[in-house]
Amino acid sequence: MRADLEIIERWIQPQSRVLDLGCGNGELLEYLGSAKQVHGYGLEIDAQDIAACIDRGVNVIEQDLDRGLANFQDNSFDMVVMTQALQAVHRPDLVLDEMLRVGKESIITFPNFGHWRARFYLALKGKMPVSDFLPYTWYNTPNIHFCTFKDFEELCREKNIHIVKRTVVNREHRDHWASNLWPNMLGEIAIYHVTK
Amino acid sequence: MPEQIPEDSVGLVQPQTLHFDEPLELRSGRVIPEYQLVIETYGELNADRSNAVLICHALSGHHHAAGYHSMEDRKPGWWDSAIGPGKVIDTNRFFVVALNNLGGCHGSTGPQSINPETGKEYGPDFPIVAVRDWVKSQVRLADRLGIEQWAAVVGGSLGGMQAMRWSIDHPQRLRHCLVIASAPKLTAQNIAFNEVARQAISKDPEFHGGRYKDHDTVPKRGLMLARMLGHITYLSDDSMREKFGRELRRDKFSFDYEADFQVESYLRYQGESFSGSFDANTYLLMTKALDYFDPSIDHDYDLAKTLSAAECKFMVISFTTDWRFSPERSREIVDALIAAGKSVSYAEIEAAHGHDAFLIPIPRYLDVFGRYMETVAADIGLPSKTQSDNSRPEGSN
Repeated sequence: MRADLEIIERWIQPQSRVLDLGCGNGELLEYLGSAKQVHGYGLEIDAQDIAACIDRGVNVIEQDLDRGLANFQDNSFDMVVMTQALQAVHRPDLVLDEMLRVGKESIITFPNFGHWRARFYLALKGKMPVSDFLPYTWYNTPNIHFCTFKDFEELCREKNIHIVKRTVVNREHRDHWASNLWPNMLGEIAIYHVTK
Repeated sequence: MPEQIPEDSVGLVQPQTLHFDEPLELRSGRVIPEYQLVIETYGELNADRSNAVLICHALSGHHHAAGYHSMEDRKPGWWDSAIGPGKVIDTNRFFVVALNNLGGCHGSTGPQSINPETGKEYGPDFPIVAVRDWVKSQVRLADRLGIEQWAAVVGGSLGGMQAMRWSIDHPQRLRHCLVIASAPKLTAQNIAFNEVARQAISKDPEFHGGRYKDHDTVPKRGLMLARMLGHITYLSDDSMREKFGRELRRDKFSFDYEADFQVESYLRYQGESFSGSFDANTYLLMTKALDYFDPSIDHDYDLAKTLSAAECKFMVISFTTDWRFSPERSREIVDALIAAGKSVSYAEIEAAHGHDAFLIPIPRYLDVFGRYMETVAADIGLPSKTQSDNSRPEGSN
């Protein structure tokens, strides 16, 4: 399993109801279903990912996150998860609101744009960073709202969202002493556990 | 006419007629004292009777879902694109049952049958049958065939409503429910289309209050209009534009009221051929069954509460340009299933064909449908498609 999913999995209670926004190929939900008897649904718009979810027997709903979550009732899920998709939605702030309306708790992961490599790239080359990890150029990237850890935490403060836990990992999703020392500069991926 | 039967066809098939003596009490309170159902089956029922798939038909459908009745047939069964050896509903592994519903005009008891109480044709006196009544009759069919539990009940449009009704009324008798291009209930607009169709038929001077047989007439004009209207609503604006555009039948306008445009002659042809083969009373009955369907009626109009009885897993599929049974209606079903905590997957297929899309072999549609059927196969312990393909005798590919 992808390493960030391994970290997330530890934060999810057995038998809970989980909604996974942008669930990809359904890896997390399949694991949670078999290992923790979690009853989960994934939202996805990519046809190949939807097909992969069906193959795995994961509940997948073809739904665009940018159309909101209005079809889900308040507090109808124990946990709403969104991995590596916050930066790709049109209004991350509204999605965050919706996640915490529909779910009692949320887990969010996103790439840190404040990482030194990104800063270095922009400062030296004067161009938007392109890397193996984030291989898109500015005009074709699905990632339209990059933010740094600091930005995200500021948004949470404004919205009175409580950060229960934060884990910062490098691109291999490994916990590294450097990421913890200076997360906004040295951490590549943030994993946040938040509640209202 | 098939010069030779394609290899992925179920081939030449023969309908069977099953008789049921036990009276069937209907939603309306009326009773059908005895009846017959015409069915077709494809594939073989396995030893533990676990591989049966029920196909529920839509408004004008019937038992002939796949294969050919003779080498003279112009076209195969109505869902031949999905049913056959190696197809998404793979008859190498599944035992497929398709029937003509009660009230139909293709051999099952309906308005054209003899009323045992009067010795005359039922005609307009045939009781209006509701979706739940069809399902009740299908339960008896399952009992007769020795099928305790369907691996899946599958239906498009009105057929999807029957599949949903199965999951609510007989939760233990199906493992999977596939609801395609359907709705939890009709909208006012949808009922309105049905009403125009009914008016077209019943106002035809040849209709005679439904007793046209006694007068030796057929309300052809009414049926034709009903079908033309229906047909427009089953297509999308895009698909009509693509198919016909403003193409003329001759190079210039006729300046009379004959059909100038290709779309006009197409609709006339569709209406004409339908009116020659479909019974007017059946058409009225089928549209009423559609209008009346709303399973939430027994559960405070709460669809989630209604579906909470279900025990099967669901696959819901809709098509982007289907405005008769739009994706929004399918999403209502999906939302209710999620709220009820049921297992459900949902795919919204990009397709230009409108409501008709569910009968058309659109690659992504068949891919999703087929993958889901693979999970159905795995769920009951059938070999996977590749395994079963490899085990097929040489030369059969």
